[in-house]
Amino acid sequence: MSTAKPPAQEAAQVVDAVLADLPRHRGVVVDSPPGAGKSTLVVRAAGHLAATGDPLMIVAQTNEQVDDLIVRLAEEHPGLSVGRLSAADYAVPRRVEGKAAIGTKLPDLGDPAVVVATADKWAWAGGRTWPWAIVDEAYQMRSDKLLRVAGLFERALFVGDPGQLDPFSVVDGERWAGLSWDPLQSAVAVLLRHNPDLPVHRLPVSWRLPASAAPVVSEAFYPFTGFRAGTAPGERRLAYTADGMRTAYDHALEEAARSGWALYELPSRHTVRTDAEAVQAVAVLATRLLQRAPVAFSERGERPVTADRVAVGAAHRDQVAAIQAAGLPEGVTVDTANRLQGREYDVTIILHPLSGRRDATAFHLESGRLCVLTSRHRHACVVVARAGIPELLDAHPSAETVQLNVPVKFPDGWEANQAVLAHLSKHRVEAAPLR
Amino acid sequence: MDPLDRLRGPVPPRPHDARAIAALAANPGCARRAVLDAAGIDKDATATHLGFPAPFGQSPFAITRGNAFEALVKESGCAELLRMLRELLGLPIAQAAYTDLGDVGGNPSAHLRHSHTRGLLDRAARDRDDAGTLYDHPLLRLEIAGQSAYLEPDVVAFQLGGRFHIIEIKSFAVVDGQAEPDKVAAAARQAAVYVLALRNMLQELGHDPGRVSHEVVLVCPENFANRPAATLVDVRRQLAVLRRQLARMTRVGSIVDALPPGLTFDLARDADGAPTRPVAELREAVRGVGARYAPDCLSTCDLCLFCRDEAAAEGSTDLLGRQVRDALGGVATVPEALGLADGSLPPGEGQEEIARLLRLADRIYAEVS
Amino acid sequence: MSTLAALARLRALRDGTAQRLATVRHVHLSERPMVLIPLRLAGEAAAPLAVMAGTDPAHPRLLVVPQPRDRDLRFAFAAELAELLLPYIESLQKDTETVERRGAEPYERCVDAPQLIVPNRGAAAFVQLLGRSTRFRRAEGPYAVHASVPLLGRWLTFLAQRGRHPGSSLMPAATEALSLHWATGQSALEDANLASLIGWIDPPPGMTGAAAARQAEDPLIWPPAGPASDPGFDAEVLAPAIRAYEETRTEHAEARVREAVRSQLEPTWRLMWRAVGLLAALPAGPGCAGRWEADRAAFTSFAAQLAEGAPPQPRRDGAVGAASRLARMERAQASYDAQRAYDDPLVMAGYRLTGEAFTGTVAHADPERTEGEGRGRKLRPLVTVRTTDPVRLAPGTRLGTPERRGQQAELVAIDGEHVTLKIVKGMGRGMAATPGAVPGVGERVCYAALLDDFQPPAALPPPEETPWTHGGPPPEYEPPSDEEPDEEWS
Repeated sequence: MSTAKPPAQEAAQVVDAVLADLPRHRGVVVDSPPGAGKSTLVVRAAGHLAATGDPLMIVAQTNEQVDDLIVRLAEEHPGLSVGRLSAADYAVPRRVEGKAAIGTKLPDLGDPAVVVATADKWAWAGGRTWPWAIVDEAYQMRSDKLLRVAGLFERALFVGDPGQLDPFSVVDGERWAGLSWDPLQSAVAVLLRHNPDLPVHRLPVSWRLPASAAPVVSEAFYPFTGFRAGTAPGERRLAYTADGMRTAYDHALEEAARSGWALYELPSRHTVRTDAEAVQAVAVLATRLLQRAPVAFSERGERPVTADRVAVGAAHRDQVAAIQAAGLPEGVTVDTANRLQGREYDVTIILHPLSGRRDATAFHLESGRLCVLTSRHRHACVVVARAGIPELLDAHPSAETVQLNVPVKFPDGWEANQAVLAHLSKHRVEAAPLR
Repeated sequence: MDPLDRLRGPVPPRPHDARAIAALAANPGCARRAVLDAAGIDKDATATHLGFPAPFGQSPFAITRGNAFEALVKESGCAELLRMLRELLGLPIAQAAYTDLGDVGGNPSAHLRHSHTRGLLDRAARDRDDAGTLYDHPLLRLEIAGQSAYLEPDVVAFQLGGRFHIIEIKSFAVVDGQAEPDKVAAAARQAAVYVLALRNMLQELGHDPGRVSHEVVLVCPENFANRPAATLVDVRRQLAVLRRQLARMTRVGSIVDALPPGLTFDLARDADGAPTRPVAELREAVRGVGARYAPDCLSTCDLCLFCRDEAAAEGSTDLLGRQVRDALGGVATVPEALGLADGSLPPGEGQEEIARLLRLADRIYAEVS
Repeated sequence: MSTLAALARLRALRDGTAQRLATVRHVHLSERPMVLIPLRLAGEAAAPLAVMAGTDPAHPRLLVVPQPRDRDLRFAFAAELAELLLPYIESLQKDTETVERRGAEPYERCVDAPQLIVPNRGAAAFVQLLGRSTRFRRAEGPYAVHASVPLLGRWLTFLAQRGRHPGSSLMPAATEALSLHWATGQSALEDANLASLIGWIDPPPGMTGAAAARQAEDPLIWPPAGPASDPGFDAEVLAPAIRAYEETRTEHAEARVREAVRSQLEPTWRLMWRAVGLLAALPAGPGCAGRWEADRAAFTSFAAQLAEGAPPQPRRDGAVGAASRLARMERAQASYDAQRAYDDPLVMAGYRLTGEAFTGTVAHADPERTEGEGRGRKLRPLVTVRTTDPVRLAPGTRLGTPERRGQQAELVAIDGEHVTLKIVKGMGRGMAATPGAVPGVGERVCYAALLDDFQPPAALPPPEETPWTHGGPPPEYEPPSDEEPDEEWS
């Protein structure tokens, strides 16, 4: 990877190459690491394709993603007519009002140049085929969902982040393991296994992750492809305008402001999943962070970090509920890794998935989970964990089974966890005794 | 005297085979197993003498079947194997050759056989012509905690373009493209040991270790016939695990250093090889190194029944499985967890939460059952 | 592992006997189930050694392959197994009932269905392999087999596949069915041993479950329940017996193999019927009947496909077939999970403990409350429940309740021990709630974030229109060719 070119130029060249490839191939895949301008690419490609006069369908995975895309499309291409297919009980958010024709069926929309809907909604559309489609968040889309909509389009651009969480199911899918059309793999996986010659591009620059985080996330979770930060070290800065109280919480927040990372480490102990001390530490850190009135300096200028720019992440729903119950400042987002995918904040505070565990399960070790949690921030990430995770990883038995003809997934969760932990150990702040 | 030799007593260390090396990762958190493995102690004999023989056995039918299948695959100079490799790896038929590395004459030592393998593979790696050759009966070597383990992969194939592939012959069936995942995993772990050993050897000889492919060729009977079929298996993850475990083995010294100076697991065998060590004494010695029992040990460790018995005697929650132990937030013993649940035991520091949860579970359980 | 299940295992260890994990039975039990215990020859993919099967505990049928490596003997065995199994299956196809459907033609459904009970997951997998190895056989041509063999293969395949369908009771594995209802004082791994599992649940008089379970691990007392036989037995008894048969091919030698195998199977046969008895002693959960109805419908429909001459089930699911099966299984799983919790307070207890459900007393109710104006005005009764359960649900979560199936509520707020919710579905039409639809003050209620709500997924393309992203249309089914040396079942 050449670092001689300015990041913006390097990224622009990839986008140009993607657009140039579109008419030449039936499908084009773009891998986008966290914050690498995936939405920008989608919006740009949408404008590019719409300019040819061909109608375009855009497939997203959640209603929120559909709404986000419509807002972005309206901003970038104000002249473009956009339609939104939605369920009957869809409540139009304010930000979307007036920006798209909204209807439950295609005929209700008139004949817009671009129609956006969730994969679930598209599956019911039918009735016509589209020369072009853009499939957004294609690595989070399950293969069986693509099967329900792929008949609608002739050619498509697939965009997504390969490092995040794989789609999953509550049922055991062993019987399909090894099949090239295994319905439980991702849409991109099924596409590439049947069409191995399709071009795969990679967006090379993360505009979200700061220079302190991009190399860490890149090495741990994207070991073979890699990416770099769009900003140089020192270009992003986090400062507090209110004084601290020299508590361990303040030390952790200051370390995070200084270096982009902090590991707030509680004493080693095996706990229940909703470890009260860890949960409380997360809540106090979020509260203290906002009390310190942080200001973010970046290429976008100087902005106060308000509650809506702060997120708290955890692995399990009960942990999220416990953190909520512990009392977070109004407006701070708290959610599981699954639901934080694709989101961006200035500062994140996360409860390490392995904190307090005695044994790591495949769920805890899944690299995508830690990747999502450690790659949502523009400025700093504070990780709350109990000491002892290195020992846990060291003692982890390796007994995973192997299915024939199933491509091996990288990175390995163990290695990714180890890499992140090695980095965090340099930013360790020992928790103060609670009582 | 080397502390590991003292622990083992005056018998030669039990050689590690690929299966044993692959099993090192089965429970790395167990100090007892780490020490016994590092010292090359015969765990099976130890368990038997302790009165808890390992519950493993292999059916003669399975052994016969395995041998018969391997013989079939290797019949007439691996003719069947060559056919499959041609398809799978693009081995050109005209140039494919077969070399039996086991053909050293007489009854050679492992060391001699290994040197022979080393010499021939060195020549093969040097020889840049495109000849594809199958090497049968190679003998590789891997250093495990300072000892040489000699390893015998089924076949090493040398492919066109200078890449070596390890070939692993297994008699479990591949039916419609699927095989039992734990058996494939065991084969992949074992093959990874050979890949590493071969890579080390090439490196020692000054060749690029990357010329040994991380894709091994798994040869199994297909569907319900005897006809072999080959599948490529990517063992990169197994290789990473193996490297980690071998690195850990060298760190076992810190555990050993902390053991009482006189400790030994010597079975005190008499002239006929029968152990004479008093069982109670051996039991105390083995208990001198902490175990980390988990039910998974029942399929991976010779000492499992001894450790299970020990865990039961201690009332350890490990007995019930890792998931139960995790659900109990790390409460170590059954009486403790039950005491917290019925409120008879006041929670210790850091136990308030699990105590609350257990009491609630206890209340709800009583309410509905 | 929920804390509740973990606690149950601790108590089992303390009391020396298994603890209940369910107050009702969640598996349908047929009036005439067939117990089937297969054994295979170690080291072989699908070489059956024996099957002990039957519907009468007092009269097991034993089918043995005296030399499992002999292809002809194996197919003779398959024909025998067909003779045993097919009449049982066919007898259940005779009686049907007419099922009325809204918006569709009424159809005929068998009033009962076969139920094959196997010892464990391994046995179920082996039944599937037996099905795979026989269903493509043909009654004519060079490798002809008895006409019943391919038919047997299709039925075994159907039963084994349906056995993996969530909530199905067509082919339950005894260890799984028992583990669903009892927690033992050993690990889940050890529960896979049928003898030791039953040792915990129903120890012999004067013995603790723990002791019975340990004893059950001795293969000399309790031979393994298969499909693999004990390696020691293989070496010392079976191998010499098979060798003797191989050398002499006499009836006497055959009988020796047969008796050897019988000694291994009979203890398991008795255990299997004890398992059936233990399960039968539990009252059936209300959801069992509905799920069995779905099993009966699947059975009827498969019988009809066979009658219409459909080809054997494919080796693997095609792209469309896989996606469609996945959708059916996911729906069945969600429904099965919800039904078990609704049917059984002990199952619900697990959800209460994690805060996904709660039980309490109605402290306040506003059954006539409405929302909206004019034509958009909707009935939205408000109920406040006082509970001491640790509720961990976000406002807006949809809730169901075992007391009023089909009703749905939405969580409004949690304030200490008071949970307020509004009923949004299933309380009656119009502006007044149906009497009794809204719980009254003082009533004990339970709400859970579990819905047994049927939402059909969008249609899949027909297989012949499989899109390019999934490999395009699959090739059409071709019957196996006459010369098929690679499928000789050897």
